[in-house]
Formats: sequence, C-alpha cells, structure tokens
Amino acid sequence: MFGITQHITIDYDETYHSLDDYQGNVPRWCPGCGDNAILTSVQRLCRDEQLPPEKTVFVSGIGCSSRFPHYMKTYGFHGLHGRALPIAQGVKIRRPDLHVFVNMGDGDCCSIGTAHWIHAIRYNMNLVALMHDNEVYGLTKMQASPTSPRGMKTNTTPKGTVLQPLNPLTTTLGVSNVSFVAQVAEWMPDFLYEVIKAAYHHHGFAFVRILQRCPHYTPNIFDPFITNPDNVVLLTHEKGMPVRDELKKVYKNSIEHDPSDLHRAREIASMSDKIPVGILYQNEDIECYDELRRKTRACTHSMREQALEHEFSKFIIEPVTENGKSH
Amino acid sequence: MIAIRWRVFSLLQQFEQLLRRKKLSHGHQIKGTGSMNTDHPHAESETGSIDKKFITLREHIVEIVSDAGEGAQKAAQAFGTISAKMGNGIWTVEIIPAEIQPPPRNAAGASGNRIRVGSFHITNAGDEADLVFAFNEQVLLGRVSSKNLKPDATILLDNKWRTHKDPAIVKAYTETYDQLLAEGHTIYEVPMEQECLKYVSNPQRGKNMFALGVLCNIYKRDMDIARAHVEFIWQKKGEKVVTDNLNLLNAGYEWAEQNLDFQYEIPSAGITDPQIVVNGNTAIALGVMASGMEVCAMYPITPATSASHYLSEIFENVGGVVHQAEDEIAAVAFAVGASYAGKCAITITSGPGMSLKTEVLGLASMAEIPLVVVNVQRGGPSTGLPTKVEQGDLLAALYSTHGDAPKIVMAPATIEDCFYSIITARKIAETFRMPVYVLSDANLATGQQPFPKPKFNEDWVAPPLDLSPLPEGARPYDWDPKTGLSRRFIPGQAGGMHTLTGLAHDRESKVAYEPWINQDACKHRSLKLAAFQRTLKAPQVFGDPDGGDLLLVGWGSTKGAIEEAVTRARKDGLSVSSLHLKFLQPMASGIGDILKKFKKVLTVEINFSDDPQEEIITEENRRYANLAWLLRARYLVDVDCFSNVHGQPIKPGSIEAMIHRQLEAVPSAV
Repeated sequence: MFGITQHITIDYDETYHSLDDYQGNVPRWCPGCGDNAILTSVQRLCRDEQLPPEKTVFVSGIGCSSRFPHYMKTYGFHGLHGRALPIAQGVKIRRPDLHVFVNMGDGDCCSIGTAHWIHAIRYNMNLVALMHDNEVYGLTKMQASPTSPRGMKTNTTPKGTVLQPLNPLTTTLGVSNVSFVAQVAEWMPDFLYEVIKAAYHHHGFAFVRILQRCPHYTPNIFDPFITNPDNVVLLTHEKGMPVRDELKKVYKNSIEHDPSDLHRAREIASMSDKIPVGILYQNEDIECYDELRRKTRACTHSMREQALEHEFSKFIIEPVTENGKSH
Repeated sequence: MIAIRWRVFSLLQQFEQLLRRKKLSHGHQIKGTGSMNTDHPHAESETGSIDKKFITLREHIVEIVSDAGEGAQKAAQAFGTISAKMGNGIWTVEIIPAEIQPPPRNAAGASGNRIRVGSFHITNAGDEADLVFAFNEQVLLGRVSSKNLKPDATILLDNKWRTHKDPAIVKAYTETYDQLLAEGHTIYEVPMEQECLKYVSNPQRGKNMFALGVLCNIYKRDMDIARAHVEFIWQKKGEKVVTDNLNLLNAGYEWAEQNLDFQYEIPSAGITDPQIVVNGNTAIALGVMASGMEVCAMYPITPATSASHYLSEIFENVGGVVHQAEDEIAAVAFAVGASYAGKCAITITSGPGMSLKTEVLGLASMAEIPLVVVNVQRGGPSTGLPTKVEQGDLLAALYSTHGDAPKIVMAPATIEDCFYSIITARKIAETFRMPVYVLSDANLATGQQPFPKPKFNEDWVAPPLDLSPLPEGARPYDWDPKTGLSRRFIPGQAGGMHTLTGLAHDRESKVAYEPWINQDACKHRSLKLAAFQRTLKAPQVFGDPDGGDLLLVGWGSTKGAIEEAVTRARKDGLSVSSLHLKFLQPMASGIGDILKKFKKVLTVEINFSDDPQEEIITEENRRYANLAWLLRARYLVDVDCFSNVHGQPIKPGSIEAMIHRQLEAVPSAV
C-alpha cells in the first residue's frame, strides 16, 4: 500500500523489543532535569506497546525538551523552533502506518508556534503531543516564557514578569475539535506513564501538558505542589484513567470528573491555586483530518495517464480535419 | 437542441438584417444605431451591405477591459481560445486589479485581458495594443496612461455613459471621448446596453458575450468554433444561460457586421498536432499531477493560488492531497514532513510567502529533504504589487537563508515549461536530496499559450519507495566523497532509525561537537550542487553563437519578448544575440565562454536596478539587476542590465529600442 514494500512487516510478531531497543544517545540533559522522567515513561510505553522502532517517529521543535528524539532509537525529526506540529502533520498525512509523537517545550508550543498549536487541535490528526512545560526558556539561558508565573524574575524580566501566564489547558479546551487534553507532572512517574499511555491510545489529537522542573532555572517552581500533595487534584472517573491506590494515598485530594464533560473540564482547567492531573477531556468521536483526507485508492500509471488525459481534454485544440471542422 | 435553436435565430437575424442594412460614413462616431424596428439614417438599400475595409494582418493585439465583475476576462479568454482553435498563434495575459471588486469606473480598477493574435507562433504579450474594447471610458484611460495602447489604436467603447443620468459621468465620458479622438484614435461607440437589453434583463452580465461577438466579426472568427466554445463555458449554468449567451454572441456579431466599416483577417497556419491552451498556473498544477507527487501544502497568496485552486479540483483523482495550512510556514513545514516520510511534496507560493518559508527551506537544505517550491513572483518588496509581474526574487531564492544552504533554482520560460519544470524539479529534488525552487511569475501565471499536448511518460513519476531493511552500519548521511550524494532513509525502513536534525551533524546524523564536522558536512552538501551542475548543458545562443556586438541574457518569462526583439534587430542588420538561462543555480558550464564572445553583455530583467544616469550613482554604488549580479560575480564579465519594475511584462519593442541605443554606443556597430 502507498508504494511501500510490505515485506519488512514480516518479522513483527516474532521480534520482542526491550527497553534497550528504544534507547538512543545518552541524554545530555542536566542532572535532575524533568525531561529524563518523560523519556523513561515514553520508552516504557514503546516497549509495553511493542511499537516497531522503524515505524515510530518523534518530531520535536527547538529547546532542551526537543532534544528528546536524539535519545530515542526510533526515527526522529529534530526540526525548527515552533514548527514541530506542522512537520508531524506532514509526516502523518500520507503515512497512517507510522506512530507519530511530538515533543515541544512551552516556548515552542505556547509562543513561537502558537498558531500551529491552535490549528493542530482543530485538525485533530492522530498524533500524541507532549508539551514539556518548565515555565521558562532554558536552552537560551532563562528568559520568561508565556507560562512563567507572574512576577518571575528572568534575564528578560529582571523586575519580574508583568503579565499573567497563559493557561495552556484552558486555551486547548477552547479550540474547536478539541478531543484529548490531559495534565500530569514529571515527579509522578507512574501516573505520567499512565497519562501518556492514555494519550497514545486516544483516537485523534492527544495534547498532554507535562509540568517539568528545570534544575537550573525553575528548580523550585513547583514546590508548593511537590511538598504539599494536597495542592494536586487527581481527576478520577470510571470513564477516565485507573488511579492506583498507592497514588491515592499520597494525593488524597481527588475529584470525580467525567472526561466527556467539556464545560466542567474548562472549569477544572481554570483552577489557579491547585493543579489538576489526569484526563481533563476526551472525545473520540471528533473527525480526524488525516482520516478525512486519506488516500482512497492507489494510483497506477494508467490511472494517472487517464486522469491527465481527462484534464487535457478540457483545454484541447485538435487539428482541423478535411471537412474543415475541428474534432 | 442548441444548434437547432441557433438556426431559427439565425434566420430571424437574416430577416432583420434585410430590414436594417445600412451604410455608415467613415466618421469616427456611429451616430446611434437604431433599434431593430427603426430605419437608420445611413441605411443602405436592402441588397447592399455596409462598405467594409478588409485588411489582412500578420498579427494584432486586442484588449478587452471592464470594471471587475463585468466579464471582460471571460470574453477575452474565449476570444483567445477561439483564435487558438482556428490555428492562430496566441498569447493572452490578464489585466487584474488588486481588489476583488474595486470601485466602478476607476482607471486603476481595469479588469480584462490582452490577447495577441497572429499568423505565427507567438511567444509573448507584444507591444502596445492595436484595438481595445472598453466597457467604460475610465478603464480605458487606465490603459492609455499606462502606455499600453498604440497612439492610433482603434477603440470600441460602450456608449451608455453618454446618456447617463449623472451629468458628471456624461461630462467625464464626453471629455475623454473628445480627447482620445483628438489624439488620433479611431473610436467606435457601441450601444451595448441597448442591444443587450433585447436578450437579457441585466446587460451588465451579458455585455461580455456581446463584445465577444463583435470581436468575432471584426477578426472573422469561425462562428461554429465560437458558438461551441460559448456553449462550453456556460454549460454548467444550464440551458437558459447558454441560450442567452449564444444570442448575445450572435447579436454582437450581427451588430458589427452591420455597423462597422472594417474587418480584419489574420491568416492561420493551422495546427498539425493536438495542443492544449492553459495558463502557467494551470500548467503547474497539471505538472504536479503528472510528477507523481502526492502532497501539496499551501497558503493562499496572489498570484500563485490559482494553481492550487485547480490542483485542489483534480489532485484527489490521482490520490493526492492539497493541504491549505494555517500559514506559509506551516505549509512548507507540512510539505517537509511529508517529504521526510517519503512522499515528495510541493509548496506553491509567491514572494512574501517565500520570505516566510525561508527558515524551513534552510532546514530542508541542511537535513537534505527533497522539496519542490514554486514561487509565482509578483512585485515586491513587502506586499508590493500583488497582481503584477516581477522577477525580483532570484537573489532571495539563492541567498535568503542564513548560513550556507545549497538549493537548486530554475525558472520556466514558457507556459509549456511550467508543466515540465515541475516534473523535472521533483526528480532533481529526490535525486539530489535538496529543495528545488521553480521561479514562475505573474506573467506566466495568467498568460495563455497553446503547446503540444503532453504525452504521459511513466518516467515522470517517482518510482515506488525502497523501504527494504538497511544493512547494519548503514549511515543516513553516507556522503559520497566525490559527489556528496547519499541514500535517503525513510521512516518505516528497518535499520535506518536516526534522528534527523537541523543542527550541524555528521554522517550518522549525530549532533556535531567536533570543529571539523560542520566543515565536512557543508562541503558534501555543496558538492551535490556541483555534481548536479555537471549534468547541465550550456544553453544555446539565439542569434549568432560565434559572438557579436551585444548579448542579451534573460531568465524566466521574458524569453519570448527578448527573442522577438533580437529577431527584429537582427533583421535591421544589428549584431545582437540572446541567451536564456533555465537553471540559475547552479549555472551550466560554458556560459562564461559564451559571454566572453560578445563585446557587450546585458541582462534583461523585470526587477530593480539603479539607473547609472542618476547624479550620485557610480560604479562603486550602483546596484544591478538580479541576474547581472550573479553573472558578474561568477564570470568576471562586465555585465550591464536593462530592467524596470513597472509591474508589466517587458515589451519586445522596448527591448528593441534599447538594443538600438546600446549598439549606437558600441563603436564598431553599424
């Protein structure tokens, strides 16, 4: 199909991929970087789902988090600042056989690539988008990000940021065709894994905001939530994700939230003093752009020739025949 | 059905004609035309017909201009197609306002077409128009002030404004009329409103077919072909509309037959092989379909978008998809993603869009992702002249990315070239793993010219992807030391897993931390251009390959005009030749040798260059036209340039005049 030879699929069932099969270069992130936890969760997901490494693509933007694909042993596309989403969409549009993940930082997603983020939600293509949100520009050495809390001092805001931060959850939930929105934190590794897994299994565009510490520039930014688990709100529901009992012991603050309730999801997303974690919204009935625009049939040479001839006939001039008339 | 109805109509017309036969004086103004039922003061006896002057022409340039929405373009395109079907050489070019519906009766709002019809193969839009059909005097003034009409051009003018209820309009009309008459134009007033009202309730929407009928009579067009074509263009709107328009066509024809005292004949050589008549943008879309590409990602921009419109209509028939992205950057990024995944893609844009795409295009060069980029150039900089022609993006195409980002740049010179260039560009892009820019322009985009119907060739289409597993140790950038070429790994290919990156990288696509790696990688990416360059043949000199006094060098849509000017000047005994470059980056071997055979070399381009006559312009600060810079830099030849940014196709006549001026200055010239 799609001009792709088939025989490479023969061995799939016989090959077992271990974690090693997904581990690429040794990460060059700083010790203590939250990205490591995300990487581990994703590698675990790949192994548990036995994703063929050659059929799996990680597309990223620019920033610390966007080094992610280099540390996987799948296909990767470390592209341009802000442009991971349209590149990933291009990868997917004619390759439904590929599993495509997108890694973006908060600068990528919420600043330079915002237009793509909004439209990616609307396209609702079958992609998993992981937004590594450390609320700061790290690789460029500490500048304010759209998600930096108000008053945060950075190199570009020495007196503190003057604006309220952008809320990626309410923003995503406000866009037409939104189909999956979740939030999780890197310091909850098992839950992080569960959320990414749910995102992977979602039909449509899955957007996961991952709160992530930068050990250099925002090491303490999430302290209120780490030191006091009561500031974290677990979203539980029979239609939502299973939450293990051990987790419930630590995070005692949980609310029942039906992920199909968009209105309630927006209310939860608007919390300012606490952080909700889990699936805020999920709707698998939204149509997907890649499926709406999918190729309906293969095109042979003779079909192409016929189609061209049909078009040429609209513009044709034939030689005049003997009786003086055109054909 | 329609044919039968026409016969009935035709009989009626002949009957009426007998009643109305009249003769006109050779005065400039037709003094009223009389309705069907009233006798005309100049009516002749029923057996005679108006005295007509029959003139045989080699070629004529006709313009039809109206307010936007009055259909002059439709009439003009039809006139061009009918003429092409009769075997005449044609070139049509659109006259487009920048707005959808600019204010009516506005000199800057002229909408229409120019059609150059000849008894020979026509390669460009020609010089000033010989005849213009204007639906109001203001749009006509627009054409006069832009110097697009011959000083004695014949004018056909809708006379409804002479009796308009607004005295200001009447005044404007009569003043213009008197002025143009005094300047030496022959003006025929056409009672379009009055005549069209006989067939339709809203003449505004029917005038164009009436005008087409008038022109069909003036140029003795084959009415069977004309009627068949009018049927074709209205068939989707239903039988009533077809009938109305056929009636208007016939009415225009009959009105001219009875009221105009001249008729032209432009003999045609006929055609021997099937041809197609399309504009450059349609040709590009057809080229995409023929090339086997599956993905076109674009964002609307004038004057490129009509290529994507047509492609959107036809692409799914061959399994393709046109993705209208949220912006220009997303469009090219989407195309890059698709290409990376093995589906070589195209993005179609114009100047401002190309500027926006620049960073992603640098990534395509860096990561060696094949991509076809069409830039239908328009006037710049900034928003510039959105609907007008310019060739101002050549240097931007070559150099706008930061760092060293090799890419191939080619420019189609004809409508036919637009079709084949896309097929070629796809092949080069995939073979050499780099972006290929195709620089078309507004002149080609809207120009129509017949060319031999392409015969489908399986080689046009990309072979199926080779996704067989890669051997152990295979490297994603295993650059051949001599050519820089390497095999591309496609997602899905076992053993090829790697992370492509826009960072400096080595043969394994690992981020470069050693100082020599970036040098090595840049070298190999550049070698690919050299390897491609070695496959190019030097273009042929038009004129005298052995050299002479003057060589004109052009690129893109100006080819026809340049060669026509050279032909004319050579007939006058001048030692002038021309050279037209299809590949601007890299340039074929042998071009430098050609340049050195001529005493003077000068580029002809539609882009800006400083006028050396300006008081403060010297050789140390003069800025040259795009191609002149490139030739000077590469060949160390003193290349001059002739360029302007009037937003109009360069006329062969202006090039010819320039040749004469230049050769008067060259001592050895006659």
